[in-house]
Amino acid sequence: MSRQRSQRLAVALITAVAVLVFVPVIAIIGYLIVSGIGALNWEFLTAMPRNGMKEGGIMPAIVGTLILTMGTALVSMPVSLLAAIYLAEYARDNRLTRTIRMAIVNLAGIPSIVYGLFGLGAFVLAAGFGTSIIAGSLTLGIMTMPVVISTAEEAINSVPQQFRTVSLSLGASKWQTIRHQVLPHALPGILTGMILGLSRAAGETAPILFTVAAFYVPTLPSSIFDQTMALPYHLYVISTQVPGMPLTIQYGTALVLLLITLTLTLLATGVRTTMRRRRDW
Amino acid sequence: MQPKISIQGVYYTYGDGTEALRNVSFDVLPHEVFVLFGPARSGKTTLLRLLNRLSDLTDDATLRGVITFNGASISGRSVDVFDLRRRISMVFAVPTPLPGSIRFNLTYGLQMAGMRDRRVLAERVEQSLQQAALWDEVKDRLDSSAMALSGGQKQRLCLARSLALEPEVILLDNPTSGLDPLSTNMVEEMLHDLSQRYTIIMVPHSVQQAARVADRAAFMLDGELIEVAKGERLFLHPQDQRTEDYITGRFG
Repeated sequence: MSRQRSQRLAVALITAVAVLVFVPVIAIIGYLIVSGIGALNWEFLTAMPRNGMKEGGIMPAIVGTLILTMGTALVSMPVSLLAAIYLAEYARDNRLTRTIRMAIVNLAGIPSIVYGLFGLGAFVLAAGFGTSIIAGSLTLGIMTMPVVISTAEEAINSVPQQFRTVSLSLGASKWQTIRHQVLPHALPGILTGMILGLSRAAGETAPILFTVAAFYVPTLPSSIFDQTMALPYHLYVISTQVPGMPLTIQYGTALVLLLITLTLTLLATGVRTTMRRRRDW
Repeated sequence: MQPKISIQGVYYTYGDGTEALRNVSFDVLPHEVFVLFGPARSGKTTLLRLLNRLSDLTDDATLRGVITFNGASISGRSVDVFDLRRRISMVFAVPTPLPGSIRFNLTYGLQMAGMRDRRVLAERVEQSLQQAALWDEVKDRLDSSAMALSGGQKQRLCLARSLALEPEVILLDNPTSGLDPLSTNMVEEMLHDLSQRYTIIMVPHSVQQAARVADRAAFMLDGELIEVAKGERLFLHPQDQRTEDYITGRFG
């Protein structure tokens, strides 16, 4: 084969594979929209389920997922950010640092069902929170930490070193330097990582299975010690546990969940693009 | 006269065992332009970074010997290193404005030091830009990005940023390295005016520049101080053969 031909063949192959990546995305989103859009209406989004969840809406599950996402953010964000700052700016290369890094890598590799069982043992039972929003948020929060820490650390490391040196040379303390020269420039990357972590948390089923998710509660939670319905678990329930469940409701629920995680992902991309465009270095 | 800065028997060794400075001793007098010159990797920049303790950022290096500023050691635990860096301020070889406006760059150090008075800040902005001969060029766009300035303007901004702190000593690490001849000329001409108010320690771009601006000069080679003298004498009648070889271009 001539070099031209093999070159053309390689390009064609690579392009074809790259295009293939689109296919499942388009297929999933397209199929869900086609099958589920019929279920979407105001009542579906804002009403309580009725008649064994076969009628009415899925509001408690939507609200539950939003609350859990916020709870996850409250648990995971501060800890992850501080950990990332420590690792990127303060940690020396010693045994403690290596142990922390190893812990983070291992956390990232733990299957989500194991987080669920850990949450059951630690927060629901040992800490005595019961099946509750706080137990679920803590579980999801810990699960998202490794991703958020890694992306935040990377974002912090990508801030040019000379900004730090200049800031220190002008008499700023290390913390002032981090606060005024490092974090503002690392923010787009940090936010992106946080939102992506949250979007993953919003869609997880296993970690909330034993820690917070309710099969059916026809009311909204009134405190962080209440159970709540949540979209991923609700989807599992109506797809497998309730006989005679209308398909449109199942697809409609899946579509709503997808829209929430998709919105978060697009938000992350938007944040990053806007803030990147605004910076001038 | 008490020296502004006194360096006595300084050895500086990196973690990997490299001796960056060996037994360096000299004094810098108030209000002089003191030039540190020599071939690459002779320890000039290392020495500058020791003077305002930016060297603290380098892990594992060890310093022996004494460096004093106004007669007091700069190394002790009781020294306020942030204050020291405001009083001995540094301008780097690569002009590095901080991202943000011209005004932000000029007021950053002061604000970090807790200065809130807007009137004082505005005064310092104007004064420092005047001294760095940049005021006329930027006075109408103080709030636009410092990154949009030309290379020469950026370097004068960095100089102004140091001056805004009203330091006592200014460390200039090859401040004209990336500048065109016109901007280089501007910076060089500024030095003697600045030395009326400040003490200047400078690593020059070339021997020629060293000879043009130095009140006194020190020749460094491989981490050692070879010779210190008044500029004229050092460049016209060097005492050490190695100094003469370097000045006349036989090596380096």
